[in-house]
Formats: sequence, C-alpha cells, structure tokens
Amino acid sequence: MVNWIWLFFIVASVIVAAINGKMDAVTQAAFDGAKSGVTVSFGLISIMVFWLGMMRIAEDAGLLQKLAHLLGPIVRKLFPDVPRNHPAIGYIMSNLSANLFGLGNAATPMGIKAMQELQKLNPDSTTATPAMCTLLALNTSSITIIPTTLIAIRMNYGSANPAEIIGTTLAATFVATSAAILADRWYRRKSPPPPIHPIVSTQPKVKVHTASAGGEPVV
Amino acid sequence: MYNFFSSLSAWMIPAIIVFIPLYAALRRKVPVYETFVEGAKDGFGTAINIIPHLVGMMVAISMFRASGALELMLSAVRPIFDWIGIPSEVLPLGILRPLTGAGSLAFTTDLIQTFGPDSMIGRIASTIQGSTDTTLYVLTVYFGAIGIRRTRYALKVGLFSDLVGFFAAIFICLYIFG
Repeated sequence: MVNWIWLFFIVASVIVAAINGKMDAVTQAAFDGAKSGVTVSFGLISIMVFWLGMMRIAEDAGLLQKLAHLLGPIVRKLFPDVPRNHPAIGYIMSNLSANLFGLGNAATPMGIKAMQELQKLNPDSTTATPAMCTLLALNTSSITIIPTTLIAIRMNYGSANPAEIIGTTLAATFVATSAAILADRWYRRKSPPPPIHPIVSTQPKVKVHTASAGGEPVV
Repeated sequence: MYNFFSSLSAWMIPAIIVFIPLYAALRRKVPVYETFVEGAKDGFGTAINIIPHLVGMMVAISMFRASGALELMLSAVRPIFDWIGIPSEVLPLGILRPLTGAGSLAFTTDLIQTFGPDSMIGRIASTIQGSTDTTLYVLTVYFGAIGIRRTRYALKVGLFSDLVGFFAAIFICLYIFG
C-alpha cells in the first residue's frame, strides 16, 4: 500500500510537470524535500531526547503501572469476554498506558503480547475475535497526552506557541477514540459470533512475524 | 472555551515535567537525573531512525506540490470544501493519515512549511496528525504478528474513527482558533 502511494506521488508529479512544463521546479523540489526530511528529523532529536529521558523516570517510578492500574476498570468493561485474571488484561493495560505517554516503541510490543494472549482464547486462530478488534480500535485511535513530534516540528518552523495544539489534539483524539469504541460496540452486537470449529485447536498456531509493514517506526 | 484550551496546552508540559521527577524522587527514591540521562540516550536513535522514512516521503510530496499535481487534485474538491468552510489543503492529509504514518507526517510538515505553523492550516494539520494513529500499520503489525487473516470489522472501525477524528480536528480548531 505504502509502496503504491509513494510511486503514485512520484509518477504523477513527473507526468503533471511534463504537461505544465515545470520539470525544473520538480527536480529542485525533490532535493529540497530530501533536505527538509533531514532538517526535520534533526529538529526532532532535541525533544525526543528530552521526552524519552522524562519517560524513563516515569517508568522507573512505576507511574506506567500506576496508570495501568487506574485503567483496569475501563479495560475490564471494554473486554467483557476476557476472563478477569487472564494475562491478556495486564498486557492490554500496559499497551494503553504506554500509548497515553506517547511511547510508541513500548506500546507496540505490549500490544502484540496482548494479541498473543487473546489468540489463546481464540477458537479459530485465523479469524479475529471481538476482543482483538476492540484492542485494535483503541490502538488505531490512540490517545496521546503530549504530541511531542508535532511540537518539535512546529518549533522547527518558528511557531510562536508550539504547544498550543495540545488542547485541540486531546479533544480530537478523545472524539476519535469515543467513535472507535462506539463503532466497535455496534459491530460487536451486530455481527454473529465467529464460527466455532468442531475441533478446538489444541495448540495455538502462533506465527510471529516481525513488523514489516513498510517498517514504520515513525511517531 | 479558548481560554480553557490554551491554558490546558500551556500547563500540560510544565505539570508533567514537574510531577514526574518529583514523584519519582520523593516517593520512589529514583536517582532522577541519572535515570533521565539513561532514558534520554534512546531519543537520539529514535529521531535518527525517522530520517530515511521522512526523506523518502518529503521528496515525493514536495515533487507532488511543485509539479502542480496537488493543485490539480485539490481544485476538484475545493468548491465543496469552500462551501462548508474547511480549508481544502488538509484533505490529502485526511486520506494519507490512516495509510502511512511517514507520509502523513511528511505532508503535515509540508503544510507547516508552506502555510506556517501558526496558520489555521498549520494548526489543523498538527491536530490531525497528532490525534490518531496509522490504522493500516497498526492493523498489519498487530494482526500480522499472530497470523490473523480474517480481520472482520476491525478495518472499518479504524477507518471510521479516523474519519471522525479528521473532522473533529478541523471543527475543533476552527472553533478554538477561529
């Protein structure tokens, strides 16, 4: 998918430029784009270094676990079909709290662990269970308290108030997550339970692929 | 409302950077400075790892804008967006956001560069980019890791929430900063 989008941008640019007679500008733009890519990434260093330092303190102080604990009642409500003491619940809580802190690198392994635990409750290992869909919905609309990358980019381009978007981002993310939860509930009620195979799989066929979807560690 | 949101934005970072070390030092006896330095080391690598993704996407998007292809695409939808009162420049971001994180980050950067971080378009783009995650990527990684092939309604829910988040970001910004 990412490959096609990228290809589309480049090919369409050259075709349109040929029609418009803007080939020089496009060549220049390619090099300028490469330069901005590097400049922006370098601009991210300062805030990333600072933020990950703060987050390590939060981790060592046990704040992540504390937050996970606070999320407990919500998680149990959102995942009614997962047994209360199942290890999946713990991973889900860690995944959500890492997301809240904006720790994408920590959130993904926790999320995958949670999925693997949910897979053990799955009668058909190739079909997603409602619980898996809920976890996915929460992650695709992930709530983040501080959008650090965006603040860094705004800083880079000389914003008078780089952090002014925190409030609006929180509000938008809240709306998006609520929409995800509501849509998930609706589909859960509407769709029939997954077909239960006559033989309940005796061993979970867990195939672990490494993340290779266009390899995207960004934000 | 504007005051509430702007003081929320202004207080959030100071509150967090005071609370975290203070709590860690007083309640948990964490050596805060050393821990900070230890964790901060990872930040460098994280930022550097983004370079190839961002360069690739910035090149493609800069070319797309410079060639006039972006303008061509936007001119088709501009009348509808103008009628609702939404700046049509943010539309490609709404399409890119669920599909590619690097691509939408590059497009956001391009909008901030072109229109300025404190313009309405810059603020809306920042809010859209910050408020949701890349649905397709999350789906591929999470379901790919455990070998799920039938994803049922997961993609629909993800895309629906992206759509809602996109318009929410626009209207919230227009209302707060308008």
